[in-house]
Amino acid sequence: MQHDDVIWDLIGNKSFCSYKVKTKTQQFCRNEYNITGLCNRSSCPLANSQYATVREEKGLCYLYMKVIERAAFPARMWEKVKLDRNYAKALEQIDENLIYWPRFIRHKCKQRLTKITQYLIRIRKLTLKRQRKLVPLSRKVERREKRREEKALIAAQLENAIEKELLDRLKQGTYGDIYNFPIHAFDKAMEKQEEDTESEEEEEEDEEESGTREFVAEDEFEESDLSDFEDMNNLKGSSDEEEDDEEVSSEEEETEEELEEEKTKAKSKGKAPLKGPIRKKRAYVEIEYEQETEPAQKSKAT
Amino acid sequence: MDSTKVTTSESVSKKKGKTKKLKQKIKTDEAPVQEMEQAEIEVTENKSESGACFPPTFSVSEIKNKQRRHAMFLKLKEEKRKAPPKEVPKTIENQRIYDETTVNPEDEEVAFDEGTDEFSAYFNRLTNPKVLITTSDRPRGRTVRFCEQLATMIPHAHVYYRRGLALKRVIPQCISRGFTYLMVINEDRKVPNGLVLCHLPDGPTAHFKVSSVRLRKEMKRRGKDPTEHVPEVILNNFTTRLGHSIGRMFAALFPHDPQFVGRQVATFHNQRDFIFFRFHRYIFKNEKKVGIQELGPRFTLKLRSLQKGTFDSKFGEYEWVHKRHEMDSSRRKFHL
Repeated sequence: MQHDDVIWDLIGNKSFCSYKVKTKTQQFCRNEYNITGLCNRSSCPLANSQYATVREEKGLCYLYMKVIERAAFPARMWEKVKLDRNYAKALEQIDENLIYWPRFIRHKCKQRLTKITQYLIRIRKLTLKRQRKLVPLSRKVERREKRREEKALIAAQLENAIEKELLDRLKQGTYGDIYNFPIHAFDKAMEKQEEDTESEEEEEEDEEESGTREFVAEDEFEESDLSDFEDMNNLKGSSDEEEDDEEVSSEEEETEEELEEEKTKAKSKGKAPLKGPIRKKRAYVEIEYEQETEPAQKSKAT
Repeated sequence: MDSTKVTTSESVSKKKGKTKKLKQKIKTDEAPVQEMEQAEIEVTENKSESGACFPPTFSVSEIKNKQRRHAMFLKLKEEKRKAPPKEVPKTIENQRIYDETTVNPEDEEVAFDEGTDEFSAYFNRLTNPKVLITTSDRPRGRTVRFCEQLATMIPHAHVYYRRGLALKRVIPQCISRGFTYLMVINEDRKVPNGLVLCHLPDGPTAHFKVSSVRLRKEMKRRGKDPTEHVPEVILNNFTTRLGHSIGRMFAALFPHDPQFVGRQVATFHNQRDFIFFRFHRYIFKNEKKVGIQELGPRFTLKLRSLQKGTFDSKFGEYEWVHKRHEMDSSRRKFHL
């Protein structure tokens, strides 16, 4: 026979019960057949021979009754009675099955049935409404996306793109007459101006060089740290040949500018960089050096 | 003067084998020397040009003849100076895998499609846009403010609080009240993270991932609040067919005729499948320069799916869905 008191004495108070969960204020029972969920003398399914519960499986409620005669066969110990879906009828069924049972167990079973039916109703209602779907985020992917977005933002150069687009629209004339920038006229004027300045610059250079020749000579003497015999020769040579080459200079200035690079190469003595500033002012001298064919002839002459 | 010196020294040091012509000359007589020199230079040059197929281990220093060596050296130097042209740097945009659905501006098929698709009504000026902005359930402050700011930017936009309503029920009501767009901003952890843009009379539904949302007060150097003027729209880099349809979706959000008086512009810029949205006010300082000032919120979108028909996530027909394992495998492949 089951000695309920002894069992309770042991598992409830003195010894260990594996279903017991202790918190600061209360003790809970994790046994699935427990009717209230608390660890009490009257609620413990192990320590009561006469015990019943209501449990729910897949939306159906069942009344479980403990048959203590089969305590030796725990798998067959609990008897299951399917309760009606109708709440009122289910209550009657409970009363009918648990007739002559202690008031406490009957009451608690009915309470439990009530709770179960309530939450089943709520589940059914919620499934009809919209359900929130949780989509798992992969952290690695999120980080990768974030980084790519940053890079794309840098590559996009948004302000420039927007400004360019707006200017294009202005040029195309989508804005009509709101802004009175005379674009076409301006462009034409710009082109003309560019051509004029190019031709002017060349003329100006000639004039400047011819005018400032004298000043330049003094500068050269000051700047050239390497008092090179060659430089001196250059200066002397230039002074000699200026008169000869004045007429030629204006014609050959353009070729001179083009052949500037070649000139530096032709002079392999490394004086080319020094001659840079001098070169510009000493147009006449340069002619002599740039054209490989000519210098020989000219030097021959001298 | 320099040249003269050089030539004299060179003439002295020439090899006998090569100087058959020069042996006849006298040192003091510089003229013939110069001529011969030049002839020799030309000869050497010719030789070098004709003998361009030198053995690979050839180097200039192996030529014994000083003059010829010198000439070769100068030639090499010149070639080096004329360096190869500057190479164009590789960028991801340059290396992008060519997408066969890239739209050719003169493509007739595309033009025909666009003339008859869901947006044709808008582009033919039959309808005016009217946008309904709402959120997911129980929005937090940030999302609410974002919605409000969106509504100020997009003309004819109304914000409605979502009281747990199902979208499928909302949509017929919107249609009956004449809305052309439904915009739902999804929220997660108090931050907007998704956007569902549904074109209403049975139009396509696009689902975007929203990131980097900056509200107005978080923006630096921003201007005043946007006015009620209709802004212009700029759509950049929507090249593929899919990009085209998305671009049209965005364009149809705004009314047709922008009010240039307002000087406001809304930009949707696509870069590497990220769509950056900005809202600016511009001013033309002169015809070469424009100043822009950012107002309004900014956010980035990334397209997740495009579905034909109005919002129906279960039974809808998806035109395009982002499949991570297929589409994210290559860094150079973009779809928009």
